[in-house]
Amino acid sequence: MNGALVIIALTAVMALGLGLAARRGLRMTLEQWTVAGRGFGGLLVFLLTAGEIYTTFTFLGGSGYAYGRGAPAYYILAYGSLAYILSYWLLPPIWRYAKQERLVSQSHFFAKKYDSPGLGILVAIVGVVALVPYLDLQFKGLGIIVSLASYGSISSTAAIWIGAATVTIYVIISGVHGVAWNAAVKDILILAVVVFLGTYLPLHYYGGFGEMFHAIDAAKPGFLTFKPSGQGVLWFQSTVALTALGFFMWPHAFAAVFTAKHERTFRRNAMILPLYQLILLFVFFCGFAAILTLPGLTGDNMDLSLFKLAIQSFDPWFVGVVGAAGVLTALVPGSLILLSAATLLANDVLRALAPRMTEDRVTLIARGLVPVIALVAVYFTLQGGQTIVALLLMGYSFVTQLFPALICSLMARNPMTKQGATAGIVVGVAAVAYITLTHSTFVSLFPFLPSQANDVNVGFAALALNVLAAAAVSLATRPAAVPAASRPG
Amino acid sequence: MSGVRWLAILPVLGILIGTAFVNQVEPLVFGLPLVLAWIVGWVVVGAVLMAIIYALDPINAEPDSGHEGGRR
Repeated sequence: MNGALVIIALTAVMALGLGLAARRGLRMTLEQWTVAGRGFGGLLVFLLTAGEIYTTFTFLGGSGYAYGRGAPAYYILAYGSLAYILSYWLLPPIWRYAKQERLVSQSHFFAKKYDSPGLGILVAIVGVVALVPYLDLQFKGLGIIVSLASYGSISSTAAIWIGAATVTIYVIISGVHGVAWNAAVKDILILAVVVFLGTYLPLHYYGGFGEMFHAIDAAKPGFLTFKPSGQGVLWFQSTVALTALGFFMWPHAFAAVFTAKHERTFRRNAMILPLYQLILLFVFFCGFAAILTLPGLTGDNMDLSLFKLAIQSFDPWFVGVVGAAGVLTALVPGSLILLSAATLLANDVLRALAPRMTEDRVTLIARGLVPVIALVAVYFTLQGGQTIVALLLMGYSFVTQLFPALICSLMARNPMTKQGATAGIVVGVAAVAYITLTHSTFVSLFPFLPSQANDVNVGFAALALNVLAAAAVSLATRPAAVPAASRPG
Repeated sequence: MSGVRWLAILPVLGILIGTAFVNQVEPLVFGLPLVLAWIVGWVVVGAVLMAIIYALDPINAEPDSGHEGGRR
C-alpha cells in the first residue's frame, strides 16, 4: 500500500467514525435516520443542499468534460445560476404549501396537489429511476480515485466494489446524521483542493491562463467554442434550460426545501448561491490544463484527466490529499442519494400501497433496500462506457419531466388534471427511456423534423412531448361542470 | 408588483440567447475565451441583479408569515 492509498483509506475510516459518533445516543427511527428528526440548523441544511455543486460530478466529471469535449462543459457553469434565479419565485410557494399541509416528501406534494395517491407513487418511482444514474456516477468516481491512487494495483472493477461497499455500510450505520457531519469537512477540503489545482496547474504547465487557452486554441482549433452541429449552441441552450428546470425536481433537493424555517431564506440564497458556481471555473482549468500535458484519454476515460494529472504533477502524499477530497465528494452525496432512494421506495411507494404498515416496519424495509439499490447502481456502473456528465444528464432528463405538472399545480387555477399530469410524466419518461436505451435520435423517431433537431438535448425534446400529452389529456378529462370563463387562457 | 423583478430576465436572455452571438475564443477576457467569459460575466451579473431585486422587492420588507417572525 502506498502513501496516497493510506491517506485515502484513513479518510474513509474517519468519515465512518464521524458517522458513528454522530448517531450516539439516538434511537434510529425512520425520521431520525432520514431527516434527523427535522432538527438541523440552517448551516447544515445549506451544506446538504449545496451538495450538488461539490459532488464527483463537478470534481471529476466537470474537469473530464472540459478535457474531452471543451466548450460543452460550460453548460455546467450556466445552469445552476439560472436555477437559483428561478428559485426566487419557485421555492416560496412550494414551501408555503408543504408547510400548510405538513408534507414531508416530493411524492406527497404531488399526491396532495392532484388529490391522487397514484400520481404520488409515479413521482416517487421517477425519482428513484433518476437517482440510479446519479448514484452510479458517484461509484464511478470512487472507482477512478481508488484505482488510480493505488497506482494500478487495484483494478477499477475492484475499486468500484470497494467504493459501493463503503457507501452502503456508511448509510446503513449512520443515516443522514453521518452525512451532515461529513458534509462540512468535505466542502472545505474540496474548495481548497480545487482552487489550488485550478490555479497551480495552468501556471505551472503553461505560465498563465491566457497562455493556456492560446495554446489549446492553436493545437485544437474550435475546441473552446461551440461547434456548428452536434454539441453546438442549440445543444447548450436546450441543456441549460432542461437542467435549470430540473434542478429542484430531484427528490432530495425538493424535500430539502421543506426543512427551511422561513420562505425568505430562498430569496436570500438566490443571490448568494450563484456565486458558489464560480468554483467550477477552477475545475474547468484543471481539465483544460490536462489537454496538452496528458493527451490521449478518450471515451469515458476522459473522467480520469484531473486525477491522472495530479499523479503526474505531485508527490504521493499530496495525491492522497486530492484523492481524499475526491472520496468525500463521492461518499457524502452518494450516501444522501442512496438514503433518498431507499426512503422513497419504502415510504412513498410501499407504504402508499400498504398504508397500515408500521413505522418500524418501514424503517426496516428502507434499510434493507439500501444494499439492493447499491447493487443495481454497481451493475450499471460496471456496464461502463458512459462519462460522468452523460450519466447526470440522463438523470436530469428523467427528473425534469416532473416540472410541467409542478408549475401547473402552483397556479391559482390548475389547468392540468390528474390524468393529464400522469399522462405527461409517463410520456416524457418513456420518451427519455426509449431514446436512451435504443440510442435512437430524435429525428429518426420523427422524420419530419429538420436535422438540426438532433442537436436539441433529448430530455428537452421529451419535455415537449410531455407538455403536449398533458395538455391533450387534460382537455379530454376536464370536468364538464367547469364554466368556460374559468378556463385559463 | 414591482417592476424591478423583470431585471431577472436579463441573465436568462444573456445566457440562453446571447451565447449564440459571442461563440468565439478571441479576444480573451481576463485570460478566458470570450464565450466562457460571457457566461461567467452573466453568472456574476445575475447574482448582483438578484441582490438588487431582493433589496427592492416589497415582499421582503414584510414580516415573515405567521408566528415565527424575525430572522434566524
